[in-house]
Amino acid sequence: METILQAKGITKFFTDPVKFKVLDNLNFDVNKGEFLSIVGKSGCGKSTLLYILSTMDTDYEGSLMMKGESLTGLSQNELARFRNANLGFVFQFHYLLPEFTCLQNVMLPALKLGVYSKQEIEQRAYEKLALLDMQDQALKPSSKLSGGQQQRIAIARALINDPAIIMGDEPTGNLDKKNTQIVFDIFKELALEQQQTIIAVTHDTDFAEKSDRIIEMSDGEIINHGR
Amino acid sequence: MNLAVTANIAKTHLVAKKKQTIIASLGVTFGIAMFILMIGFMTGVNKFLEDSALTSTPHLRIYKEVEANRPSVLSSIVDSNELAIVHHQKPKDEQLNLKNGFNLVNTLKQMPEVYGVSPQVTTQVFYNFGPTQISGMLVGVDITDEDKLYDIHSKIKSGKMDALLSAKDGVLMGVGLARKMNVKTGDKVMVTTPYGNTKLLRIIGTFQTGIGQIDNVRSYCNISTVQIILRKDTRYITDIHMKLKDLSKSKALGSMLQKRYGFKAEDWETANETILVSFVIRNILTFVVVMTLLVVAGFGIYNIMNMTVVDKMKDIAILKATGFEGGDIVSIFLMQAVFIGFLGGIVGLVIGFILSYLLSITPFNAGEFMAIDTFPVNFDPKFYVFGMVFGLVTTVLAGYFPSKKASKIDPVNILRG
Repeated sequence: METILQAKGITKFFTDPVKFKVLDNLNFDVNKGEFLSIVGKSGCGKSTLLYILSTMDTDYEGSLMMKGESLTGLSQNELARFRNANLGFVFQFHYLLPEFTCLQNVMLPALKLGVYSKQEIEQRAYEKLALLDMQDQALKPSSKLSGGQQQRIAIARALINDPAIIMGDEPTGNLDKKNTQIVFDIFKELALEQQQTIIAVTHDTDFAEKSDRIIEMSDGEIINHGR
Repeated sequence: MNLAVTANIAKTHLVAKKKQTIIASLGVTFGIAMFILMIGFMTGVNKFLEDSALTSTPHLRIYKEVEANRPSVLSSIVDSNELAIVHHQKPKDEQLNLKNGFNLVNTLKQMPEVYGVSPQVTTQVFYNFGPTQISGMLVGVDITDEDKLYDIHSKIKSGKMDALLSAKDGVLMGVGLARKMNVKTGDKVMVTTPYGNTKLLRIIGTFQTGIGQIDNVRSYCNISTVQIILRKDTRYITDIHMKLKDLSKSKALGSMLQKRYGFKAEDWETANETILVSFVIRNILTFVVVMTLLVVAGFGIYNIMNMTVVDKMKDIAILKATGFEGGDIVSIFLMQAVFIGFLGGIVGLVIGFILSYLLSITPFNAGEFMAIDTFPVNFDPKFYVFGMVFGLVTTVLAGYFPSKKASKIDPVNILRG
């Protein structure tokens, strides 16, 4: 098994209002094509960990490797380029750009990457939207959709550059049972067929149970590596 | 950086929030419009006052200074330690004549830095018309030379300036003086010199320089006419007025001429020191007002632009999360800032121009003291260029700093709030 993500001694403090250790010396590996769930009670630090893994939070101790590349200490711009090409992120709240249509929201990361032509990107965006059954809403402004619909657009956006790793902070938190199932199936399929790695923080025990591996956290420590 | 993509994002931001874009542009617009109006008006007034003071005064005036106080002959032969008193010594009857004046005029006219030279015969006179007696100045001039210096023909209120050339007994009278005596063009007035000589002159026109001290006392005649009234020969002149191509050289040239010819050469600055001080103070005042205006306008623009960026903080975090780099973020907001600055700036210039124009046609009665019908406004394109540059630079800086700051912090810090 090829290791795609390696975290060593990840430690993080919150300093406001008092210095508080959120994550305490976390060490774990994630394999390529693995579907990993991180579970734990509220406040155990699982979202904080995910933000560090996503490189959007650089204020931590320890080291982070992804795809054999050390990401600790890289500049903001280098991290942005890495995220653009290799990471897809689904937020707890959808976080779409409200001025843009759904299609544009999905296309933007690909336009930034600039590998494909605009026509190809548009076509690929439609494919991703179709995957989530959202192709009919493509040309609506994203702010006109319901929360669940926006969440699915956000997932399509995370998939657009075919990233090696897809991360989700409660990716199905806003979805009903049917759509949760759809999203789960997509993730499962991506992991299995495209060998894309999925890391999802979730409260949904059903969702976690069905994934390949569960990391259980409590008070900033991993209490069960799931292996 | 990917300019096409960021330009598209910038455009979408601007178009999606039209109201905010317009309000931000209006901030720039008002700042620049007020700047244009204020600076146009203030410098217009300054320029008008300066011009009206300058156009009617010579840059250099050459005349003979009469010393009433002279040492007695006795004191020159008596030792200083002996007592010698001369009572009631009378001043010498000195001629005001500039000796060889016309030759001097011709020499001066040849000098490369000289714009124009006008020889004059000046005398104090009483104007008599019926029972009225008013004291004033009678100035004998070559009207063509005088016109070159003081632009007389544009100041003629009635009659014709050129009529003076052919009229031996013609006089061109200041409007204030004519009004005081209740005379019109075509009327005849009697002038009496301090020596008691009189002459009947015919008014062939009136002029208004806009300065009361001149319009209320001065009349122009031909040099020869005044020479005849004074019973002097045809070489007699009392003053030479000069204008230079460069005003600032008047002091240096004045002292040079004074040394070379022995006549007093008074330059404009020395003759008008009090006016000059008031100009300096007015210019400082203008500077202070304009600076205040710019600072206030600049802060207004900065605030509005800053708000547009802060408003988009979350979007910046999202863009960064999906892989946009710091440079992309900055370019998105710079493009918006340039657009807002440009739109607001252009509209501001237009509004500023319209307001200035309206002000410049607003009737304004300054009384007799000044020849002015409307407010003076300066439409110098320099101010418009400066206003535009100022508006653009302020908006660009106001867009740059917050977006640069936002582009540096971890997206999660923005999203977490």
